[in-house]
Amino acid sequence: MARVVIDPVTRIEGHLRIETEVNGGRVTDAWSSGTMFRGIELILRGRDPREAWIWAQRICGVCTTVHALASVRAVENALGIDIPDNARLVRNIIAGSQNVQDHVVHFYHLHALDWVDVTLALKADPAKTSQLAQSISEWPKSSTTYFKGVQDRVKALVASRQLSLFSSGDWGHPAYQLPPEANLLAVAHYIEALDMQRDFIRIHAVLGGKNPHLQTYLVGGMSTAIDGNEPEAVINPERITLFNELAARAKTFVQQVYIPDVLAVAGFYKEWFGYGEGLGNFMAYGDLPSGSINDPAGFFFPRGVLLGRDLANLHPVDPGKIAEYVTHSWYEYSDGDQVSRPPAVGETNPKYSGPKPPFLVLDTDAKYSWLKAPRYDDKPMEVGPLARTLIAYASGDAQVKKTVDAVLAKFNAPPTALFSTLGRIAARAIEADLVVQKLPDWIAQLDDNMAHGDVRIHNGDKWDPESWPKSCAGFGLEEAPRGSLGHWVEIENKKIVNYQAIVPSTWNAGPRDAHGQRGAYEAALLNTPIADPERPLEVLRTVHSFDPCLACAVHVVDGKGRSYGRDVVAGPEPEESTSLPPVPAAQYLASVRGGM
Amino acid sequence: MVIEESVLETCRRRGVSRRRFMQFCGTMAATLALPKSYAQTIAGALSQKRKPVLVWLEFQDCAGNTESMLRTTHPTVEDVVLETLSWEYHETIMAGYGKHAEAALKRVVDEEKGKYLVVVEGAIPTADDGIYCTIGGRTALDIATEVCGGAAATIAVGACAWDGGLVRSNPNPTGAVGLHEAVPGIKIVNLPGCPHNSVNTAAVLVHYLTFGELPALDPEDRPLFAYGQLIHDQCERRAHYDAGRYVQAWGDEGHRKGWCLFKMGCKGPEANYNCPTVRWNNATSWPVKSGHGCIACASSRFWDTKSPFYERLPHPAGFGVDVTAGEIGWTVVAGVAAATAAHAVGHVVRDHFHPGNGDGTPTEKAKAEKQTTEVN
Repeated sequence: MARVVIDPVTRIEGHLRIETEVNGGRVTDAWSSGTMFRGIELILRGRDPREAWIWAQRICGVCTTVHALASVRAVENALGIDIPDNARLVRNIIAGSQNVQDHVVHFYHLHALDWVDVTLALKADPAKTSQLAQSISEWPKSSTTYFKGVQDRVKALVASRQLSLFSSGDWGHPAYQLPPEANLLAVAHYIEALDMQRDFIRIHAVLGGKNPHLQTYLVGGMSTAIDGNEPEAVINPERITLFNELAARAKTFVQQVYIPDVLAVAGFYKEWFGYGEGLGNFMAYGDLPSGSINDPAGFFFPRGVLLGRDLANLHPVDPGKIAEYVTHSWYEYSDGDQVSRPPAVGETNPKYSGPKPPFLVLDTDAKYSWLKAPRYDDKPMEVGPLARTLIAYASGDAQVKKTVDAVLAKFNAPPTALFSTLGRIAARAIEADLVVQKLPDWIAQLDDNMAHGDVRIHNGDKWDPESWPKSCAGFGLEEAPRGSLGHWVEIENKKIVNYQAIVPSTWNAGPRDAHGQRGAYEAALLNTPIADPERPLEVLRTVHSFDPCLACAVHVVDGKGRSYGRDVVAGPEPEESTSLPPVPAAQYLASVRGGM
Repeated sequence: MVIEESVLETCRRRGVSRRRFMQFCGTMAATLALPKSYAQTIAGALSQKRKPVLVWLEFQDCAGNTESMLRTTHPTVEDVVLETLSWEYHETIMAGYGKHAEAALKRVVDEEKGKYLVVVEGAIPTADDGIYCTIGGRTALDIATEVCGGAAATIAVGACAWDGGLVRSNPNPTGAVGLHEAVPGIKIVNLPGCPHNSVNTAAVLVHYLTFGELPALDPEDRPLFAYGQLIHDQCERRAHYDAGRYVQAWGDEGHRKGWCLFKMGCKGPEANYNCPTVRWNNATSWPVKSGHGCIACASSRFWDTKSPFYERLPHPAGFGVDVTAGEIGWTVVAGVAAATAAHAVGHVVRDHFHPGNGDGTPTEKAKAEKQTTEVN
């Protein structure tokens, strides 16, 4: 029996540590640990709620824009603000583009090197690579000369003995099974995908001023002025043309490069449909509204919960069933660490009890992570593209069903094959395909509104804080690329008095709870085959299939306005905060349920 | 066999013409505010054989600066600039993981001592012995001290690595600080911004490769070429400010016509950065062009000192030379005066809660910032 530790887990966002127990060539147990803590929600207290999104967006720069959207939704919910249709469309275009961009970058730049041996590309025959490429796609960059050029580039890199980012790879690992030609194809597309993401995300630059960290959200709408007759308006006919061009190029890339590559790579690793299953419980809040954010029936991504791998019974989401444990997290609760607490009455008292750095292993029987362990109805849940795809499938969405069935037919696999490492990869690609087909609709609707003289982009009725009630609370839900995201805000005397986020990777990467139930990564790693404990590449395959984002995952919930950290650092608590009463759970839960 | 190839040779082999390569060098010279003749010098430096080694460290970060780096444009040429360096450690995008990753970093520190470059992203927590950020079982502070201590130079990208950024904002739960405070005495260049603009970062790297030294820096160790000018003075909406044409409400006629965002809280008159000229994402846009005010993200402790972001600045910073208050009209002046008074109250509140040493007194830096602001 060996304890195999991976720290840092690279090609993710943030700081993740995975410890596993390996027995007889298999993972027999696993622990997931987040090793970085900032405390952004605490920093938000006392600020102007209208700018909360600017701060909250910095929870993550990979998932840029997603926390901004959840934040403005939360404040709009608290203040009772409806946004104009143009703002809804701009937000959908931004969120949809982010989804596609994120999925492409994840597959090529964060995940591919778990399956692709860059050095094997040297052994490929460029002519055969060209044949392979042309047999799976219409994508024009597929000539022998082209692949020869890519191969020469890799050769020069290897010959220089300075492999840069590739110098530390696990090249030659027995788990790499792609033929040389497929490796060369993948390396070519790794480079092309860098170009694609740079180009496509210009849609965010126009609609957000920049990417990452867009700067155009407003509580009540967007700052992207729209006017068909004004050349200086952010959205005008010329920009619509650019959006359409960028969306069309992205669609071509997804359909002619990303999807065929995923199918091709999966074809060489079919056994990974049998590994990495995990929990079998899935949740999605749903998103991409066709009308009001309060009307989930109009969502492009449907809402629901699936339990125990049962695709026949789709359950409604009841946020009142969400609670968090800190039994194995570096925090303590005032009434003991064996209970779970709903976010409304959550507490955050960080109390590091891990080993003193530098350390080699964590005491995983005790507390071992900066992540809490969220549970739904006391059950651990998986969120993300796989959850969304399964929930859309279970809800009877015709387009999703058709696409999923076509992919499964290709591998002669049942829907249950999706409960796997490869299932997550396939679901992400399927989702990118669906979204990239939807983007032109939103752009066309925006164009149509503009053509009819609808220049409304912001609802300013409640912009002036003088128009606000003395106190109010609200929440904003969203489907971020990595899964279900919620922000909760309480406002009093025009200031934020409590802010919290429950984030996709907290669900997926969280530790065990009081019952010893594993989190999603921990469960998914069980039974993973390990060829060489010194080089546990297979562990990365399953962990990466979730697309971890750890900066997002570590957050604080501070319902009691408790001060923490060393006084010399934190300074005295602002007077008004210490006297804040905790939010009554019943009131909070009623407000949440009312909107679901 | 070791094939050594210069960037220019690589360019040629990849079908990038000498002309295009020289254009790139020209762009870099322009960004660095160097005379055009320096393009040739840059080209010469980039044609070196052995690639200098670079490592990129991430601490209390959001990876936004990494993402910004991935968005660098002109890939056929800037890719080559990346190939000009051997980029051997960068958690978010490197091939290796776990022990292999740690070994890669150790090799650089041991074997390239005094020669390698470091880029740092994210703040460094100092409270409670640094346990708020560990990598491979070591604290961020421990890693930064060792790796930056042995480097030829360190580039701190983004607000967090510069001065602690958002992580350090009141009440600074983890005792976060910027790199120059965490590891004093190292050779450093700060590239603040939230995130950094990767065009500037590329320019700093090119400058270092070309001249063997960092570009001219201001007292905050920021390169003058990027942080030497007020946003307000470079802003495409400046003419509207001078003419008194302001956006009064989001989506109003002025907003649709691209008028000045001063009254909507724009911090451009207090912010130094080349954002309006370099722009973002292949020079596609920047926040003000996209209709939202500047938040002064390259200014010192901006999260605490420049917020609230929607409150208008107290002083009308330098109307155009040919415009006087009289011409603008007494209504505007009176409006500004009222706003000034309101803002002054806001400042007291803000100083009490946000910046400073936790006891309500501003830090030396916050004081300096305020003075700078007043001068501006």
